[in-house]
Amino acid sequence: MSNEKEKIQAGLDTYNASVDKAIAKFPERGHLPEQRLYTPLDIENDDYNEQLGYPGMYPYTRGVQPTMYRGRFWTMRMYAGFSTAEESNKRYRYLIESGASGLSCAFDLPTQIGYDSDDPISEGEVGKVGVAIDSLADMEILFDKIDLGKVSTSMTINAPASVLLAMYIAVAEKQGVTPDQLKGTIQNDILKEYAARGTYIFPPRPSMRLITNIFEYCSKNVPKWNTISISGYHIREAGSTAAQEIAFTISDGIAYVEAAIKAGLDVDAFAGRLSFFWNAHNNLLEEVAKFRASRRIWAKVMKERFHAKNSKSMKLRFHTQTAGSMLTAQQPNNNIVRVALQTAAAVMGGTQSLHTNSRDEALALPTEESVMIALRTQQIVAYESGLADVIDPLAGSYYVEAMTDRIEKEAMEYIKKIDEIGGAVTAIEKGYIQKEIQDSAYKWQMDVEKGARVIVGVNKFQIEEKPVEGLLRVDASVGEKQKEKLAKMKAGRDNEAVKKSLADLKEACKDENENLMPHILAAVKTYATLGEICGVMREVFGEYEAHTTL
Amino acid sequence: MEKRIRVLVAKPGLDGHDRGAKVVARALRDAGFEVIYTGLRQTPEQIAEAALQEDVNVIAMSILSGAHPHLFPKVVDLVRSKGMKDVLIIGGGVIPEGDIPALKEAGIAAVFTPGTPTSDIVDFINEHVK
Repeated sequence: MSNEKEKIQAGLDTYNASVDKAIAKFPERGHLPEQRLYTPLDIENDDYNEQLGYPGMYPYTRGVQPTMYRGRFWTMRMYAGFSTAEESNKRYRYLIESGASGLSCAFDLPTQIGYDSDDPISEGEVGKVGVAIDSLADMEILFDKIDLGKVSTSMTINAPASVLLAMYIAVAEKQGVTPDQLKGTIQNDILKEYAARGTYIFPPRPSMRLITNIFEYCSKNVPKWNTISISGYHIREAGSTAAQEIAFTISDGIAYVEAAIKAGLDVDAFAGRLSFFWNAHNNLLEEVAKFRASRRIWAKVMKERFHAKNSKSMKLRFHTQTAGSMLTAQQPNNNIVRVALQTAAAVMGGTQSLHTNSRDEALALPTEESVMIALRTQQIVAYESGLADVIDPLAGSYYVEAMTDRIEKEAMEYIKKIDEIGGAVTAIEKGYIQKEIQDSAYKWQMDVEKGARVIVGVNKFQIEEKPVEGLLRVDASVGEKQKEKLAKMKAGRDNEAVKKSLADLKEACKDENENLMPHILAAVKTYATLGEICGVMREVFGEYEAHTTL
Repeated sequence: MEKRIRVLVAKPGLDGHDRGAKVVARALRDAGFEVIYTGLRQTPEQIAEAALQEDVNVIAMSILSGAHPHLFPKVVDLVRSKGMKDVLIIGGGVIPEGDIPALKEAGIAAVFTPGTPTSDIVDFINEHVK
């Protein structure tokens, strides 16, 4: 031990001796972290350059860009979409006028699972959790009067991501915008759908093929597009811990990189377009540590495991959303405060873009007023709080650094375990990841019910409340409207061309060496519907069947 | 030994959010009930059929997508039309307060919204199951 450390240890011993006396008089609260105080002695590896380095430099613990928010703020990107394309287009234009810097499209469940609005299975779901898109015709309305050469658009779409991306490319072409100008992201992360989110269609193998097809197509044609957003968000929402969130997600990331390399792609040709999506949860300091740890892990994985040479391949860029599952239906205005703290965590953790949830989302889709407060929360943090003035402001906090190391270690143990099982795909097929998440979710709920974890307004400080008024209601007639629109569109299109393009796509699906993107793009342009295109793929690829164990 | 209460925990519709359904299923099992979980994306027909096949006393459904006004009553109708007059049917999820009276009218015995302790659901089942 160095002289300096000995001095610190001696001081710490004196402090610890005083603690026992104090506790005898003033007992500490229960359920606290094991350690009450952190000192330089808790930093195991104190090699600054190796562990932390500098923003924009390996291992990127302190951020992926050299100037971070001193250059420009993160992209304030509000996830929105409901009802018809017409309604959602209005909301997007409202958001852009209010200072949102990017769009984020929410699609309804039939769209996310590859069914048209007139499919019997879609009944009751059309336009509910997002906008209904049946064909290119809807997509043209969705982006009407929005310049796709200027805006960056994120689309929460997974199993049919290839189809929605193709529609986006086709709409842009009609606006005179070429694919190489397009900026945005498709979520396109099927593994977490099996593990946590549930909107899968095809089994893992053809799904992985579709994903690598997109990587390859975009690297050549849509170079500024983020081809995947590898998502821990939903894993956390499903109940995982912070370390599990990044561990399972990075394991998914490893599986995508392996699949693409196996398909013959060079790692540096696609890895720079991979992006991540994290949750900003309630424990502010733990979240900041998590974001920092995730950057360090990914950098090491890409450099050491996949021998990436381009620094872009090693940078973990991420979108963040505040934790929806932490919003309470009780005293919903309290959620404004929760979201503000979660925003602070995302910003101090160095996020590239952020969606802030609205106070009323434990009750319904948010109203315009609630969305405005959520967006203003980001703007207040950006312009007023000072949190965005210097880069990685919590670096050097003994606690945050020790926790960053702890989360990295815990996540690496999980990643190793998943490697031993045979990788993320096998671990999901065996239900390992789902079980780990479920166990954590159950533990959380039981802690809340025992009062070991306090949620203000839910299990402490409750009050009698009147039902909240003025919630957003999606017009119940949207399903019928959408069906009528679809029938009209089908009657007006060249049905021979549609048939031909679908037959061609079907053949392409059968040939594993064929990239499906050009075929899907061709089908989309004939106004073949999402349901028709996914239907063809369902015929060839089959459907995934989940096995749930409690 | 007294016959244990059998509960079908079901996810009607296309919504993939099953954290709540799984936590409730496990809590009901820990409370001594026999629990069958349907998994995701069940049509009302599938749920009614599963309830019949599994001879359950209770159906507990969860929806977070907003499709509850359409799907909950449909399940009730199908279950009753299959002759299961006594099966207790309850629901939960992101359900606005204003929707609850209509759901109760349609035959949903109780609606449990976010923040409900699982013990409330256990107690309700014990008190109301026939």
